[in-house]
Amino acid sequence: MKQTYKIEVDCANCANLMEDAARKTAGVQSATVNFMTQKMIVEFNDGHEPKEVMKHVLDACKKVEPDCEIFL
Amino acid sequence: MQEVVINILLSAVIIMAASLLIVIGCRKDGMTKKQRIMMIRILISAGILLALQFIPAELFDTIDRYLFPSAGRWIRFACYLMDYLLIGCDILRKAAKGIKNRQVFDESFLMAVATIGAMALAIYENGEYLEAIAVMLFYQIGEWFQVYAVGKSRRNISNLMDIRPDYANIERNGKLVQVDPEEVKIGSQILVQPGEKVPIDGMIVWGSSSLNTSALTGESLPREVEAGDEVISGCISMTGVLKIQTTKEFGESTVSRILDLVENASSRKSKSEDFISKFAKIYTPAVCYCAMALAFFPPIARMLFMGLPANPGVWIYRALTFLVISCPCALVISIPLSFFAGIGGASKEGVLVKGSNYLEILSQTKYVVFDKTGTMTMGVFEVNGIHHSAIEKEKLIEYAALAESASSHPISKSLQQAYGKEIDRTRISDIKEISGNGVVAKVDGMEVAAGNDKLMKRLNIPYQDCHQAGTIIHMAIDGKYAGHIVISDKIKPHAKAAVAKLKKAGIETIIMLTGDGAKVANQVAASLGIDEVYSQLLPADKVEKVEELLQKKPGRAKLAFVGDGINDAPVLSRADIGIAMGAMGSDAAIEAADIVLMDDDPLKIAKAIKISRKCLGIVYQNIVLALAVKFACLALGAVGIANMYLAIFADVGVMILAVLNGIRCLFVKKL
Repeated sequence: MKQTYKIEVDCANCANLMEDAARKTAGVQSATVNFMTQKMIVEFNDGHEPKEVMKHVLDACKKVEPDCEIFL
Repeated sequence: MQEVVINILLSAVIIMAASLLIVIGCRKDGMTKKQRIMMIRILISAGILLALQFIPAELFDTIDRYLFPSAGRWIRFACYLMDYLLIGCDILRKAAKGIKNRQVFDESFLMAVATIGAMALAIYENGEYLEAIAVMLFYQIGEWFQVYAVGKSRRNISNLMDIRPDYANIERNGKLVQVDPEEVKIGSQILVQPGEKVPIDGMIVWGSSSLNTSALTGESLPREVEAGDEVISGCISMTGVLKIQTTKEFGESTVSRILDLVENASSRKSKSEDFISKFAKIYTPAVCYCAMALAFFPPIARMLFMGLPANPGVWIYRALTFLVISCPCALVISIPLSFFAGIGGASKEGVLVKGSNYLEILSQTKYVVFDKTGTMTMGVFEVNGIHHSAIEKEKLIEYAALAESASSHPISKSLQQAYGKEIDRTRISDIKEISGNGVVAKVDGMEVAAGNDKLMKRLNIPYQDCHQAGTIIHMAIDGKYAGHIVISDKIKPHAKAAVAKLKKAGIETIIMLTGDGAKVANQVAASLGIDEVYSQLLPADKVEKVEELLQKKPGRAKLAFVGDGINDAPVLSRADIGIAMGAMGSDAAIEAADIVLMDDDPLKIAKAIKISRKCLGIVYQNIVLALAVKFACLALGAVGIANMYLAIFADVGVMILAVLNGIRCLFVKKL
C-alpha cells in the first residue's frame, strides 16, 4: 500500500536524511521524500498498519532532523 | 582594518534585517512565523554585537578595581556569551540532540563545534569573541535566506504550474452558485463563463466558444468548440458561455491528473540526484576527519620533526574553518530544485515529463525512432492527387465518392470529404462490392468501377500505374479507363522542420517505423529527411525492431521512441524513453509514456530535448560550481589563507547562486 504524507523540512540534505531514516523503519518497503513539493511517499509492507509504522517513521525522522514534521 | 569591515557588515545586516522585517514581514504570505522570529533574533544580536564592538576590552578591565581581579574579563565574556546564545541557541540545541541520537555529522554540530572552538580560543586569549558570534550570525543569515529563497521559489514554481480551477459554477434553484470542483458529481451540468477555466472534463450541452488550451498544450492557437464536443479541464473559455455535462470526477479530470503527474515527477530521482545524496553522505564525515587531522597532525609534526613551535591555536582555527565549509547543502538543494524548475517549465510548454530521471535520459538521447502514423503524419487519409483523368477532376471525385458511398472504409470517407457535398443516394444503384478489389456501381445510369489494379485487370481495362506513393484508386466509366485518384496519409505541416530541428539538436539518427508499404514509407522518409526506414511492420515487429536498435546502439547513447500512444504501448515502454504525442485527454498514452506531449506538433520533440539539455546543463553547472568553490575554500583554509568569514560566505553565496541558476530551468519558452 502506498500513501503520501505532507511534511515540513527546511533543508534538502535533511530531507535526504529523513528519506534514509524512513527506509530503515520496520514495515516500510520504500520511501521517497520530495523536498520540492514537501511530500513523503511511503510504501508499506503487507501486514503492517500504516498508522503504527508512521509513528516510528516520525520518531526516526525526528532523530535525524529535530525540526522536521510529518503531518499524519 | 578587518574591524572596520566587520562593523560595516554588521550595520548592513541590521539595516537589512530591519527593512526585511518591515517590507516582507508585513505582507501576508511574506514570512512564516519561524522566519520572522529568526529575523528578529538576527536583528537584535547584530545590534548587540555592534554595540559591544565599541566597548574596548580595556574598559571592562577598569571594573576589576571595583570587584575582584579579572572580573571585567568575565563580565565581558558574559556579555558576548549572551549574544552568542541569543543567535546560536537553536543550533547548539540541535547539535546536542544530534549527539544524543548518534547523528553526529550534521551541519548544526559542525557549526557548534566551530563556534564553541572559536569562543574557547577567545576566552583563552581574552581576545576576539567577535569571530565566533559573527560566524554564527552570518551562518544564521545564510540559513534564513536559504530557507526563504527555496521556499519562495518552490511556491513560485508550484504556482506557475498550478492550473487547478478554484471553483465550478452550478445552477441551483435558478441561481448560479460557485462550488468546490471536488463536490461536483459525474453527470452534473456546470456553466463556464467567458474568461473562466473549464473545471472538469465533460461534454458541451449547449453554447460555443473558442478555448485557450495554452495552459495544457503550450499551443497559443485557440480551439473552436460547440455543442456535442468534448472539452477537457484546464482550458480557458474565451468567447462564449458553455454549459457542460461532466463526464468525470474532478480527481479523475485531465487537469488533476496532469498536476499529480508533474508534482510527483520530481519524486523519481535522477542519477545526478542520487550521486549528490551519496556524495553528501561521504563528504561531511570526510571533511570532519580531515579537520581533525588538520588540528592534530601538523602541530605534532612541527613539534617532533621540525623543531618548530606547535602553534596549536592556528591549526585548530584552520580546522574549525574546515568544519564551516563542510555543509553540503548548496549541492543538495540545487539539483532537485533545477529538475523541479525544468519539469515545471516543460509543463508550461505542453511537455509533461513524468520524472527527473526521464529528463536526464532525454538529454542523452541520440536516436529517435518514430512511429509514422500519428507523429509525422496525421493518421488521416486524404486525396492527394488525381492523374490521367479523362474527365474533369471534380467529376471524377464525385463519381468515386458516389460509387464508394456505401462503404465504411476510411478511403470512402476521405473520398466523401474531398467531394465535400451531400451524397445523393438516389443517383446510385446496383452497388456491387468485390472484396479486395473495389466497387462497381451504376451512377447516373453509367457503369462506374472504382478500385485497385486487380479490379481493372478483372474488368480487362488497361490502366496506368502511378509514380506517387499511396493508395491508388483506378476509375473506369462505362468500361473506359478514366484515370486514378491517389489517397495518402497527410504529412503534418511541421514534420519536415521537426526532423531538421532534431538533427540540429544533435540527434544522430532518426528512424521511422511503419506498417505501411515500402513505397509509401520511403517516399515519406525521403521528403522529411529521415535516415532509416523500416516498413511493413506489424505492431509486434515494432517491438522487435526497437530491441534490435537498442542492441546496436552504443551504450551511452539513449534511444527515444515517439508514438501516438494508440496501440504502441509495448514499444513505448521498451525504449529507453517513450514519448507519446497528441495525448490531450488520452489516458492510455499518459499511462504508457515517460514523456507526454500534450498536442500533436512534432516540433515539440526537439523542444523537449532542448529543455532537457538546458536543465541538465544547469545541473552540471551547479555541481561543478559548488564543488569547485568548496574545494577551493578547503584548500585555502588548510593553508590558512581563508578565514571563517570567507568560509561562511562561500557556503551561503554558492547556495544562493546555485538556487538562482536552478531557477533558470524554468525559462524555456524561447528554446
